[in-house]
Formats: sequence, structure tokens, C-alpha cells
Amino acid sequence: MAKAAAKTKAAAPSVERRPALAGRTLSAPGVKVEMLPPAERISLRAPGASLAVLSKALGVTLPAKPKSSATRDGRTALWLGPDEWLVIDEAGNDPLADCAKVTALHSAVGISHRNVGISVSGPAAAATVNSGCPQDLSLDAFPVGAASRTILGKSEIVLLRTAQDTFRVECWRSFSDYVFTLLSEAAGDAAN
Amino acid sequence: MLLIRCPYCEEERPELEFRNAGEAHIARSANIAGESDDDFEKFFFIRANPKGIIYERWRHIHGCARFFNAVRDTVTDKFVMTYKAGEPKPAKLPGAAK
Ligand SMILES: [Zn+2]
Repeated sequence: MAKAAAKTKAAAPSVERRPALAGRTLSAPGVKVEMLPPAERISLRAPGASLAVLSKALGVTLPAKPKSSATRDGRTALWLGPDEWLVIDEAGNDPLADCAKVTALHSAVGISHRNVGISVSGPAAAATVNSGCPQDLSLDAFPVGAASRTILGKSEIVLLRTAQDTFRVECWRSFSDYVFTLLSEAAGDAAN
Repeated sequence: MLLIRCPYCEEERPELEFRNAGEAHIARSANIAGESDDDFEKFFFIRANPKGIIYERWRHIHGCARFFNAVRDTVTDKFVMTYKAGEPKPAKLPGAAK
């Protein structure tokens, strides 16, 4: 049994992978809601002493300030808690592999397929997100680059402001239907 | 909506992001197996439930996910102050008489 297993090569994927709600978009006056392409993601936990070497390995400085993020070469590190970050890579590189080389104490868990990203953009983007998210999304309180775990209606999300009128909403894939629908409904009202 | 200051996020955030986690400053015995039934009952079940100032654990569950402590008035539902988990009970409350 063990011998047979040792000879078995990793099987090539036999089915095409279809991310949740792939390609869905909704346009309303003043706001567009669309599913973002798949990305690599890790959940990173680490003490302060490991941050310098982890930042070097990831190529992006892990932010220490609450509600902030840092981006470099298609890779964004979002502060979630005092020792917790969400790293999203949209350039097709694997942050998990980069962390694997680090011997300093940390925990990195691959969650690429756990989350999906939804873009909410346009002049009414903040109003759309605010339909279900109770945070102050004015530019003073939630500037470009601000990132926070929060809630949207009944679902937990991670919110990142990528531009003045653009948000990235990250949610668990099993909640994506609810989140996308809620944002779509809100988008219709937001411009009014 | 009530705004609660999270000592880790260092700002006030909407109450929907938080979850109450019971009374604070209840120390678990280092020798829990050696506790008498009476002492264990006191530790496990008996809570002060005061009318007025209460010290509670709260969790910023839909935010930084950290536990912290809060001083709250059960009559007015007002949060007097919040502080990090592990910190001692504040000796003096802001706005309290000397
Ligand atoms: Zn917090």
C-alpha cells in the first residue's frame, strides 16, 4: 500500500476550476460591483520579533498600524489584528512559499480558495458598502489604503480601500452569493 | 448605534463588530483539580451582576478579533472605558468622584 502510494504521481487536475460567482458583474448608476479574478492569499500570524524577516521574505512591509495596509508589486498586506495579517497576491506569486523559507516564529496558512474578492467601484461605492457595513467610510476615517475586518450585513468581510472610489471586499466563498447579492441590491439604491 | 473603543484598533468602532464575553477579572485557579466544589461553583457560576459599574470582557470579533476589558454602566449602558486584556482593573475611573 505504502509502496503503491509512493509511486503515485500527483494527478493533474481533471476538471476545470471555477471560482465562486466567477465573472459576475453588476452595473448601476454610480457604482459597479464585480467579482475579482482568483488570487493567492495567506493568513499570517507572527510576533513583533519576526516581522522584519517576514517582510523581507514577502517583499512587502507588514504594517504595524491598525486599519492599514501596504502594497508592493501586486502583493498587499492588510493589518487585521496586532499579530495578524491577510496577504493577497494578485501577481500570481505564492506568498506561502515565500514564508516557508523563514525560520523565525510565525504561522502562515494558505487561504487562497477560502476567500473571493469583490470590487465595488464608482462615486457611489462607499454608499453601497455602507448599506451593510456600519463603519465610517469617509476619506478622513477610511482613507485610500485603509483595511479592516468588519461586517457586511450578516457576513464577516475584509474591506480594503484601493482608490478614492474603489473598495475590495473579501469574503468567504460560501458567503459570496449573499455578499454579492446584498451589494447588488445596495448598488441600485446607492445612487439615489 | 453604540460606538465602542477597541484598545487594539485604537479607535471607536460600531457595536455590531463586538461580542460580549462575560465578567472580567475572574482568575482561574492554578490548581483547578484541587478546588473544593464550593470554590469551583463560585469561580464557574457565580457572577456579581451589579446594577451600575461592571467590569466585562468584550471581543472585537468582527474586527481585530482580540479580547479586551471594558467598564460599563449597566444602568445607562454607557461604556466608561476600555483597556487591553491582562491589564489590571483601573484604580480610578475617568469622571469618577475622588
Ligand atoms: Zn479591535
